[in-house]
Amino acid sequence: MEVFFLLFYEFFKAGLFAIGGGLATLPFLYEMADKYTWFDVSILSDMIAISESTPGPLGVNMATYAGYNCGHAAAGVPGGILGALIATLGLITPSVIIIIMVAGFLKKFQENKLVTDAFYTLRPAVTALIAVACFTIIQTAMLNIPAFQAGGGLLTLFHIPAILLFALLFIAMNVWKKIHPIVFIAVAAAAGILLQL
Amino acid sequence: MKKGGYLDLFLTFARIGGFTFGGGYAMLPMLQKEVVENRNWATEEELLDYYAVGQCTPGVIAVNVATFIGHKEKGILGGIVATLGVIAPSFFIILLLAAVIRNFADNVYVAHALAGIRVAVAALVANAVMKLWKKSVKDILGIAIFVLVFLLSLIFSVSPIWVVVGAIVFGLLYGRFAPSRKGGAK
Repeated sequence: MEVFFLLFYEFFKAGLFAIGGGLATLPFLYEMADKYTWFDVSILSDMIAISESTPGPLGVNMATYAGYNCGHAAAGVPGGILGALIATLGLITPSVIIIIMVAGFLKKFQENKLVTDAFYTLRPAVTALIAVACFTIIQTAMLNIPAFQAGGGLLTLFHIPAILLFALLFIAMNVWKKIHPIVFIAVAAAAGILLQL
Repeated sequence: MKKGGYLDLFLTFARIGGFTFGGGYAMLPMLQKEVVENRNWATEEELLDYYAVGQCTPGVIAVNVATFIGHKEKGILGGIVATLGVIAPSFFIILLLAAVIRNFADNVYVAHALAGIRVAVAALVANAVMKLWKKSVKDILGIAIFVLVFLLSLIFSVSPIWVVVGAIVFGLLYGRFAPSRKGGAK
């Protein structure tokens, strides 16, 4: 029973101190693998692969998966489900509390000159951060850097079918602005299978 | 179903969470469509503000943004409902995979589909960044900040927390000592 309290405590801690997105929870998971017998480091790479190949926030996926493994080891499938629930709720509880406090503060002071001054320069800065993330996403989706570094020549660097698909999708979403992003994701998944991307 | 009720909030964020592949930024196009265009729960500028706060507060960014928007619409309970919505689909999917199909990620069709999805996410996020640019970069100062932060982050991997803190400090100093700007941030 106490394993579930420990699970909540550990993931609450990870949720409280992991700043800046899903991968920031990784060091905490390594620490848990070290400290407890819930899962070992080799399972962590499975966890990352599964989290990256399913929808949803990475950190949450990792918590659900780790919680299931840990609870399953303690009390079978029902334990796994309970563990998944507890780990996931533990992870999100600190940030929900903090954000609700910050949101209340911002609501109260949104007309304040200091707040509008701060956001005036913050918005272009955050747009740039998102643009960098976008740059990285484009790189991993369309360039084959390992093949290029292995000396395969300039042509091997570019993943031509992916670049063509990107261009088509990008044009399509600017021509038909009403189409929902889900449609593009579904079309691209099908294209990925057909073209063996 | 009442538009703007708790159930709508939950289902909207469940839809967003269920189709976000690859972390908080990949959620942006879905948020622009569902939250800004379809439901008017927030403006593009507010989304940026939430991302800014989400960058430097603990926790997963997608959860932070969901809590923010839910709270704005329906108070504390709304924040909790939106958050549970955004994590619900992945919770059940992961549970299923952990219990039943452990080698899901090794499946060759899954790998091809994901390669395609990554391309769509890249195009969607590129499109989202263009929309954000129009709303957030309004003058030479904005362009200068964008270029500086882009280079600092890309080349020197400066932590987003320092970028946010730096931009806030600069914004406060600029607002204090260059009061000629008209109209404010709105």
